Amino acid sequence: MTDLTRIDVAELGRLLTAGEVSAVEVTRAHLDRIAAEDGRLGAYLHVEDDAAVTAATAVDEARARGDELRPLAGVPVALKDLVVTKDVPTTSGSKILEGWLPPYGATIATRLADAGTVLLGKTNMDEFAMGSSTENSAYGVTRNPWDLDRVPGGSSGGSSAAVAGHLAPWAIGTDTGGSIRQPAAVTGLVGHKPTYGSVSRYGLIAFSSSLDQAGPMARTVLDAALMHEVIGGHDHCDSTSIDAPLSGLVDAARAGASGDLRGLRVGVVRELGGDGHTDGYEPGVLARTREAVEVLAGLGAEVVEVSCPSFDLALPAYYLIAPSEASSNLARYEGVRFGLRAGDDGSHDLDDVMALTREQGFGPEVKRRIILGTYALSSGYYDAYYGQAQKVRTLITREFTAAFTDVDVLVSPTTPTVAFPIGTRVDDPIAMYAADLCTLPASLAGLPAISVPSGLSDGLPVGFQVMAPALADDRCYRVAAALEAAQDAARGHRLLDELPTPAGAA
Amino acid sequence: MSSISRDDVAHLARLSRLAVTDEELDRFAGQLDQVLAAVARVGEAAVADVPPMSHAVPLTNVLRADEVTPSLPRDAVLAGAPAAEDGRFRVPRILGEDA
Repeated sequence: MTDLTRIDVAELGRLLTAGEVSAVEVTRAHLDRIAAEDGRLGAYLHVEDDAAVTAATAVDEARARGDELRPLAGVPVALKDLVVTKDVPTTSGSKILEGWLPPYGATIATRLADAGTVLLGKTNMDEFAMGSSTENSAYGVTRNPWDLDRVPGGSSGGSSAAVAGHLAPWAIGTDTGGSIRQPAAVTGLVGHKPTYGSVSRYGLIAFSSSLDQAGPMARTVLDAALMHEVIGGHDHCDSTSIDAPLSGLVDAARAGASGDLRGLRVGVVRELGGDGHTDGYEPGVLARTREAVEVLAGLGAEVVEVSCPSFDLALPAYYLIAPSEASSNLARYEGVRFGLRAGDDGSHDLDDVMALTREQGFGPEVKRRIILGTYALSSGYYDAYYGQAQKVRTLITREFTAAFTDVDVLVSPTTPTVAFPIGTRVDDPIAMYAADLCTLPASLAGLPAISVPSGLSDGLPVGFQVMAPALADDRCYRVAAALEAAQDAARGHRLLDELPTPAGAA
Repeated sequence: MSSISRDDVAHLARLSRLAVTDEELDRFAGQLDQVLAAVARVGEAAVADVPPMSHAVPLTNVLRADEVTPSLPRDAVLAGAPAAEDGRFRVPRILGEDA
């Protein structure tokens, strides 16, 4: 029998709808694979096991009764562990939330459940999404299915490892500075960060509220678009949610796959790996990026180079804004209303208990960022740091706007290097932050950006980033699907088929 | 630009309610100094007349009808608390012995 864990979501949906496979069969296939492989990968923090089978059984019974089901009913899904799930453990990768059972669910979790999808479990992540390697999780590292000695990217590294390792057909990630796109890139997946406000943040554990966005991580561009359409759209529970319909994302993915990009204008961003800006970029990454651009040109796109000098300031601006907002958001972990409490032995007052709780509950990167953010927001420094960074954000946005008068999309590598070895950057914040160099500009401007595989370098996946104007997420899907289809056709199979024996026999 | 000393980190940790250890103070002071040197480059930007920004799509205040909707049940909320008593969150004492 076909291995159900190897089948794309779009095809799984068709098989389920046609009654050729049952939701229980599909769910069990994934649970069995998780049981067999996750000891090595460490992708999941919590697996739903019996609860997933129960949910799948309900879908099968509804189908047997003749109920009208949504097209993806019965497809399993994994959620990054900062998506709040009712009565299902949610930790955000932190000890401070160990054992917490949320009394409510995130809008995106509810929408996925309403679509009939089956929750497999919650995936590992850098604590509170702060990191680019998933090594900052309080619950252990996650390994890259392409090479178990390397990181799966981060902060959505549990989701990337789960989907690339076929422990889930697709997963939710979240992206503040690149945490969907960078892990997707280094594991050979498609990952899309939607326009800020396009997907509800209600029930996502907040890191940096003006940047956080949830989005799809999948094995194909079409699957990513399918998920975006399920989770996206206006939500009255999120006041930053955009009240506008999503514009034909699945249609855009299908149209792109037909391979005709005539009339499309593509801008290659010089500051992201172009001439004079190659420091820190691996030659293999730059070569795959050039080849991807040639493929787009071959499909009829008009390619020009674009310069956006302010992008050089994206990294410093981001590492002021995100810690500042985090220092405020994480004030809610005070050991009173939920989560951990330490030092409550009668000898300490509330202030001490808060400080002891936060000391014990937070890991080093979270503490560093809280301290940095507190500094940047301090009286006397606010204008020089946080205020200045928010103005740089305007400069970056203006350069995007100017570029988009001449081109339809901007492209770059997703991340300067392939997956790096576990342990090499974890105590060197500056080196770790460099992984986000290419993804930060679109984050700061709130623009949609997708990462799509563009081949291998030294046997490891390279990602290609496509950025578009606000609310033009469809362009990301169209261009990514065109590149994916052309490269799959040229190599005769998908990039993920080159994954050395599923999850790697180490 | 300025740098962060070990004393600064200790002060900021107090403001942030983090009971950091001496070892952490030593480590963080060095690392934060490096990070601060890197992020201080935002000061190079010529942005005197540039307004700050926080959202990709301009939004004005979002209003909704002021209608009563159900809250979470009290027991469901207290179930997640580290300590609850008599239907309330139990907190350590707020004032010291000499207060």
